[in-house]
Amino acid sequence: MSKGTLFDKVWDLHTVNTLPSGQTQLFIGLHLIHEVTSPQAFSMLRDRGLKVLFPDRTIATVDHIVPTISQTRPFVDPMAEEMMQELEKNCKENNIRFYNIGSGGQGIVHVIAPEQGLTQPGMTIACGDSHTSTHGAFGAIAFGIGTSQVRDVLASQTLALAKLNVRKIEVNGTLPTGVYAKDVILHIIRTLGVTGGVGYAYEFAGTTFEQMSMEERMTVCNMAIEGGARCGYVNPDRVTYDYLKDRNFAPKGPEWDRAIDWWNSLRSNADAQYDDIVVFDAADIPPTVTWGITPGQGIGVNQTVPTPEELSDQDRALAQEAYSYMNLQPGQPIQGTAIDVCFIGSCTNGRISDLREAAKIAKGRFVAEGIKAFVVPGSEQVKQQAEAEGLNEIFEAAGFEWREPGCSMCLAMNPDKLVGNQISASSSNRNFKGRQGSASGRTLLMSPAMVAAAAITGQVTDVRALL
Amino acid sequence: MSQIQTLSGRAVPLIGNDIDTDRIIPARFLKCVTFDGLGAQVFADDRDQMQGQHPFDQSQYQGATVLVANRNFGCGSSREHAPQAISKWGIRAIVSESFAEIFFGNCVAMGIPCVTADPAVVTELQQRIAANPQVSVTVDLEAMQVRVNDFVAPVQMGAGPRSMFLSGTWDACGQLVAQADRIRQTAANLPYVSWSQAAS
Ligand code: SF4
Repeated sequence: MSKGTLFDKVWDLHTVNTLPSGQTQLFIGLHLIHEVTSPQAFSMLRDRGLKVLFPDRTIATVDHIVPTISQTRPFVDPMAEEMMQELEKNCKENNIRFYNIGSGGQGIVHVIAPEQGLTQPGMTIACGDSHTSTHGAFGAIAFGIGTSQVRDVLASQTLALAKLNVRKIEVNGTLPTGVYAKDVILHIIRTLGVTGGVGYAYEFAGTTFEQMSMEERMTVCNMAIEGGARCGYVNPDRVTYDYLKDRNFAPKGPEWDRAIDWWNSLRSNADAQYDDIVVFDAADIPPTVTWGITPGQGIGVNQTVPTPEELSDQDRALAQEAYSYMNLQPGQPIQGTAIDVCFIGSCTNGRISDLREAAKIAKGRFVAEGIKAFVVPGSEQVKQQAEAEGLNEIFEAAGFEWREPGCSMCLAMNPDKLVGNQISASSSNRNFKGRQGSASGRTLLMSPAMVAAAAITGQVTDVRALL
Repeated sequence: MSQIQTLSGRAVPLIGNDIDTDRIIPARFLKCVTFDGLGAQVFADDRDQMQGQHPFDQSQYQGATVLVANRNFGCGSSREHAPQAISKWGIRAIVSESFAEIFFGNCVAMGIPCVTADPAVVTELQQRIAANPQVSVTVDLEAMQVRVNDFVAPVQMGAGPRSMFLSGTWDACGQLVAQADRIRQTAANLPYVSWSQAAS
């Protein structure tokens, strides 16, 4: 078992009780909710005559169903409107702070909590959404839960959980030009597999992560779950504190100094014990693209779609399924694959730095004919900041559409969807069959800069050629 | 709350690794404020594409209560809509090579035991069920076995969840709520709990 890691320390500090089953009853410091996975939880609470125990430790926003073209109420889709009203009602009845559309603080739940300074080192964070792992970038233990567990957190601010093992994933060195945080995590998942992290928390350590900005660290932790790890984290440091300082919910004045001392004390000890350690060299990581139907089916942009012979017995059957679903041939170069739709956004890559990197590629160029390309900022704050920097104008001049914030075509619960077997270049996190709104739609995951490059050339392109 | 020790019933084999929750219940069906209608929509896109040949549509598997699946079942999105849809279709226990963690946790909270077995055992089960869809499959959490006629094989489940099923405490909500005093105590010892009140 691990010892002396941040995970161990935070786990112990939040342990309320050991349940008869042997599981830990863990206090949840911050609970984030959204419109999709909370309405049934509030119904369960009502059915049992329970109340929200710590209403001020739950924060709500709306992101999954919101349209990105016009957000005028009522929404055109009556089902989306109903979900919206349900959330508004539940927040009001239970005294829960709600970042609604137009509040200036609305956006994808994993984008807005860090923006507000709600996400802090040493916290436990839960949300009815698997990409809650994002918040681990701050040195928090953050994980996704289902609706019955949302109910449990509402009712008790705790969860029944079994402790995870801890794997340290060390990446050292400076990333080559044109290689981004997204490539790092796609490379890790490709190497360790989509089930490699089951039963583990991933600690991302090493100089590569130390050199990353908070937004880059969020991109990495966001996709820990795609590698099977329920949570991933980076030890808090100066970069973390600089990001947090003066944000809405960050401690202020003398509390700020005490906070830093406390946060520093939570970092994994130099002699911490891990259940497993894996080491990568940043120099070995190429711009990475997925070719298949799981986030683990990735290759370097200059590589070819693997042939069955190159794969292990375990991976072969899924590869066969992927060749036929994706309509790609084994041995075919991924570069040059024609694209239909380009999507820049999501909780993985919809932050201001992502839009800046994509805008660098788009600037002064034009989206290839026949390509639909659109940019969906991760939050109202991201949108505002991007507009203040003129990024929207760069995108629009290049032929990208500039939209309102939300999850959009990451999961296509709103009107943004692929049609038929269209293929997208997407900065999101899942390339599952049907994920982007069409049962035969296809998704290639890549960094936002690579998506912009694909939009310009109309095909999968090594972004380094356009830098 | 009810204890869950042994479940028996006809079974449905579902072959394939990494079947994610987007496939179990596509996102468009999450536009709902209750779980009620999900049973009809389970595997909607896969069933559509297989035109009646998906196991959840095949007549021989109607009424099955045990699902036998392969590796990493239920990966991806945390949506409880996925196990809810499977359960509303009629499934009460799942045997698989492995499960994604959040999916497993959702199933525990809903009272659906998920046990794992060796790949060879899963394949054997799937073949036996396909050959004889009427056969009854038993998932026994006390003996930690799966049984089909004379075929008996070991299954695994973590000690914690297992004891929750056996003792009927799989719905943890009541136990958690009962600790209100300790919960407040733990919170009071966490420095950040008072900081955040300072927010505007
Ligand atoms: S952007 Fe995508 S992955 Fe992130 S919360 Fe929204 S739907 Fe989930």
